[in-house]
Amino acid sequence: MTDLAIAANGLRKSYGDKTVLDGVDLAVPQGTVFSLLGPNGAGKTTVVKILSTLISADPGTGDIHVGGHDLARDPQAVRAAIGVTGQFSAVDGLITGEENMLLMADLHHLSRSEGRRVTAELLERFDLTEAARKPASTYSGGMKRRLDIAMTLVGGPRIIFLDEPTTGLDPRSRHAMWQVVRELVAGGVTVLLTTQYLEEADQLADRIAVLHDGGIAAQGTAEELKRLVPGGHVRLRFTDPAAYRAALAALPETTADDETLTLRIPSGGSQRELRSLLGRLDTAGVEADELTVHTPDLDDVFFALTGGDDQPHLPRQPKETVR
Amino acid sequence: MSTLSLAVRDSSTMLRRNLLHARRYPSLTLNLLLTPIMLLLLFVYVFGDTMSAGIGGAGAGRSAYVAYLVPGLLLMTIGSTTIGTAVSVSNDMSEGIIARFRTMAIHRGSVLVGHVVGSVLQSVISVVLVGAVGVAVGFRSTDATALEWLAAFGLLVLFATALTWIAVGMGLVSPNAEAASNNAMPLIFLPLISSAFVPVHAMPGWFQPIAEYQPFTPAIETLRGLLLGTEIGNNGWLALAWCVGLAVLGYRWSVSKFDQDPR
Repeated sequence: MTDLAIAANGLRKSYGDKTVLDGVDLAVPQGTVFSLLGPNGAGKTTVVKILSTLISADPGTGDIHVGGHDLARDPQAVRAAIGVTGQFSAVDGLITGEENMLLMADLHHLSRSEGRRVTAELLERFDLTEAARKPASTYSGGMKRRLDIAMTLVGGPRIIFLDEPTTGLDPRSRHAMWQVVRELVAGGVTVLLTTQYLEEADQLADRIAVLHDGGIAAQGTAEELKRLVPGGHVRLRFTDPAAYRAALAALPETTADDETLTLRIPSGGSQRELRSLLGRLDTAGVEADELTVHTPDLDDVFFALTGGDDQPHLPRQPKETVR
Repeated sequence: MSTLSLAVRDSSTMLRRNLLHARRYPSLTLNLLLTPIMLLLLFVYVFGDTMSAGIGGAGAGRSAYVAYLVPGLLLMTIGSTTIGTAVSVSNDMSEGIIARFRTMAIHRGSVLVGHVVGSVLQSVISVVLVGAVGVAVGFRSTDATALEWLAAFGLLVLFATALTWIAVGMGLVSPNAEAASNNAMPLIFLPLISSAFVPVHAMPGWFQPIAEYQPFTPAIETLRGLLLGTEIGNNGWLALAWCVGLAVLGYRWSVSKFDQDPR
């Protein structure tokens, strides 16, 4: 248990009769990026708010440990271990970027010279030195977000919550933020990241949990999640109708498109499956003009897990998934 | 670090932040100063002669009314300044920075203490400014001793502290700045129906209890007594009781509101 940065059991929260979280279990090993993926209103922010001590969980929630500290019994110790950057910038717009940074340094009880040094360093690192003496309210969205994360890093937290850190950012700022996350993890920091962008989770996260209807619909690595959904297939395209018909005869479980002379064979895309497919084609003596392997991406996973009622819901993952 | 030194250190950091706000954006504070100053000038130069005749009898100069008026307006200045407190607390609470403070290992009360101390300092500065205008239009203290000046100052600070805690609570329960400003209206309305402008005994009988049983009247009478040598009677104790009562009430209200999960 000690190597878990975040361990939460049966996280529950409801507002009035609206249940937001209905028993969410999380286990985030130290030094990893864990991504909570879900649509708007899935409860991602609520999870972050509870784990960062901003709001309390409902009674009936099990033990929550963050950084090895019991969240209910010792919230101050948890606060000392974490840093939070929310979806809405937590900067003081009335004062300058530099003053915001120095405020954080003071609240972390750094000495004056140490505070100045850390401030200058982080402003430089986040490309804010030029704007340092302007009021934060005049910053662009990307600059505010950079200032926000710079402020979070002042105390050198070992566990960082990033709640939709790239929502509303342009592609360049988004990639810059990804780079920041990678650097943090390289430094041994644990990151809990919420996002509604599948690509972001795919790019950054060691493990992903899909949050839906107040529970974890599925979790695992991006690869494991992709394997959960059907949809992977191999596509063979032909130009010669005779070869097309021969292949169709050799591969009975195939969806065929006579107009484009394309065959679609269900397949997980593993090496063994491909070899067997190619073997059967060789035996039949046909050669396709084009062969492409389609693996389901996280979009497929997301829609399969969180889609409408007509789509089959996957059973919830057992608590321990094999890595 | 001990809890106390942590509390002092974080609170002074928060105070610096609030003073920085006040210094960068002084318009709110200055706007709030206009009300007592306009009332002072209006009552002295427009209604002054009539009011003096009413208070000092026929033949009394305008200065009799200036002396009567200024202590009430000094306390009204405090009420007016604390409306700014309610507004800025409400504004602050809607900012993400407060959420950040709540997730940091800082002394929890420091956010509120910073607001309160900053606001009391602003009140003192405002009182000095309005007092200076009062002196300019002819207000003079009659033979107040150093001790009486000290007591007057203490009363003003205590009164400011009490009203500020109430205003902080009002700011915390208000969803936005407009609501905070409306909720805090009594703080500027109460002095209008106190003994600030006319003595309670000159009011209609049915109205006298309203003017009498509220914090401004005993505080005003006490300040008058200290600066002008009029009879204080039990107003001193009443003022003290009001201040302590309101401060404790406002403090407990504010802290319990702040401790609740944020909206």
